[in-house]
Amino acid sequence: MEPIIEVKNIGKKYTITHERGRYIALRDVLMTIARKPFAFLADKAKSVAGLKKKEEFWALKNVSFSINKGEIVGIIGHNGAGKSTLLKILSQITPPTEGEIILRGRVGSLLEVGTGFHPELSGRENIFLNGAILGMTRREMASKFDQIVEFAGIEKFLDTPVKYYSSGMYVRLAFSVAAHMESDILLIDEVLAVGDAEFQKKCLGKMDEITQRDGRTIIFVSHNLGAIQSLCTSTILMKNGYMEKIGPTAEIINFYQNHLIDTQNVDLRRETRRRGSGLLKLINFHMEDAYGKKLTTLKSGDDAVFVLSYECDNPHKINKVDVGLSIDRNMTPVSTFYSSYTKEDFGPISSSGEFRFVAKKLPLAEGVYGIGARVIADGIEADWPKANIGQIQVSNPTLFIDKNYRTNPASTLIINGSWNHKELHR
Amino acid sequence: MSSVTVIRPKKIFHFSDLKELWQYRELLYFFSWRDLKVRYKQTAIGASWAIFQPFITMVIFTVFFGNLAKMPSDGVPYPIFVYVGLLFWQFFSSALADTSNTLIANQAIITKVYFPRLILPISAVLTKLVDFFIASLILVGLMLYYGYTPNLEGLLILPLLLIITFMAAVGAGLSLAAINVKYRDVRYALPFFIQILLFVTPVIYPASIAGIYSKFLAINPMMGVIQNARAALLGTTPINWTLIGASALASVILLLIGIYVFKKVERYFADII
Repeated sequence: MEPIIEVKNIGKKYTITHERGRYIALRDVLMTIARKPFAFLADKAKSVAGLKKKEEFWALKNVSFSINKGEIVGIIGHNGAGKSTLLKILSQITPPTEGEIILRGRVGSLLEVGTGFHPELSGRENIFLNGAILGMTRREMASKFDQIVEFAGIEKFLDTPVKYYSSGMYVRLAFSVAAHMESDILLIDEVLAVGDAEFQKKCLGKMDEITQRDGRTIIFVSHNLGAIQSLCTSTILMKNGYMEKIGPTAEIINFYQNHLIDTQNVDLRRETRRRGSGLLKLINFHMEDAYGKKLTTLKSGDDAVFVLSYECDNPHKINKVDVGLSIDRNMTPVSTFYSSYTKEDFGPISSSGEFRFVAKKLPLAEGVYGIGARVIADGIEADWPKANIGQIQVSNPTLFIDKNYRTNPASTLIINGSWNHKELHR
Repeated sequence: MSSVTVIRPKKIFHFSDLKELWQYRELLYFFSWRDLKVRYKQTAIGASWAIFQPFITMVIFTVFFGNLAKMPSDGVPYPIFVYVGLLFWQFFSSALADTSNTLIANQAIITKVYFPRLILPISAVLTKLVDFFIASLILVGLMLYYGYTPNLEGLLILPLLLIITFMAAVGAGLSLAAINVKYRDVRYALPFFIQILLFVTPVIYPASIAGIYSKFLAINPMMGVIQNARAALLGTTPINWTLIGASALASVILLLIGIYVFKKVERYFADII
């Protein structure tokens, strides 16, 4: 049988403009032409002749794979590895620069929950609107309407404008519409991250059900390795725009955990997205176990030390330093801990050193977490790298004696406790 | 397998695009439906807004241009003369303004879901067409009041004039929408541009005022539309078929240029938006 999805040598190139984040104004372009007409012409001629050097970067390069009908394939990788770009090309939102893709069947994409939802419209109206945007016909929607409403559990609020919905209801309704789409291929980006755990489970169950019953093919991008593991038959690992590996999910996740989540040493010197006075700068992040051995993955229940190295040009200008470490999962904060919480302010400090956060019996559940750090010197923010300074993988809890445990993949914490039983005599 | 999609780097305009547009006709309906529904939910006076706006404009124009400036109106009472012009003009100008903004306004959808992007500008114009029909009610009232009855030929010609206006608005709007995505300051210049256009279009004055220069004004497709709408409804002048032909030609050219420009940048909207 022919594969349902064939991806052949896909590449996507972006040209980096220096005005990133800013839009181009026609006014500016006209002014440039008016001021320096010849320079503009020469520049134009150069770029037409292909002489002009442009800053280019390949978000994807040489990606090829094929997927058979009925498979659920996960895509994992770091931020910027090209996962979302690949999904955007598959869903035709943006074209590839090179290569070819053949999709044998109707494609539905769910890159965001509730695309096109209008806050002023009621739940009922949004079901039809969203369905139409996702490519459903009116007849299809009419026949699925009751199922959609039931799955979302919003019967009572059908005629309420969705702007009055709680975020949970909103997500439930949006996912429900998408899940009832009759497409042969379903492309899903990190969308489950927004719902509550209960609903995530329901969605995963629904996705499993539709592939089993209708033989639907799903491509699923997620940071949630737990969800990938429980859902996907095979997985693609992306790295820096290339396809690093494709194979059975267990094998790929294992490889990813052992080789790619590198938090041995995260160099922060070149990080430009940061805020603060710069009086003191974080330059490196790594993790250690209780005995000072560097770690790449953490085990829940074990002690772990998060080490932040810093440099400071004028240490005498600082009297007191407050340092904080935050942990998040899928952008949702899990924990924040500043040294001032325990009345530990550091100072005076030297020109270089380390701040060490010791987590006793790490209570994080299995999964990938983002780490953030912020330093405050004498009440003024000194350094805050805005992006995560590292991603950590937590695995294999030693908290548990039973190694065959299964935790809910959506849970973030494991409270270090114990069970006992007390008999009551009547 | 029912449908096979092939994704390749560059795609030029193809007749399959039209087929695709047809497949997505329900989305076209839903986008227009959404815009109407939302607008009428948000504005307190709802549908009457579509009547209110041209009506007030007509009153003001009548007072200043008709009564005070004594603008000639081909022997027709000025209110009805200017209202016919305003009706078509407001359809054209509001459709143009909306179309050119439609991609920016819908960028959240464009970056997340695929559908033929042409649907967005077309639905914007359809929405304005609904406003046009609502506003026409005032015209019916005015015609009854002043005792004008259009002849059969005149009524038959109206759909043609609407189609020309539609094509001109979509055509110009498509080009502007594509430019707007790249150069975001264009939309600030657009209202000014539209205002200028109002004065080179015979809305508040009869085309006859321009004398021999009216031939040059014929490049503007709205000139032929408005002049012939008056001819058809009010019998100011005989219907000028040459002028209709010129307007039709101009609007078709505008539409073709618009589709070409739009298609050329369409695939990259999601990258630059």
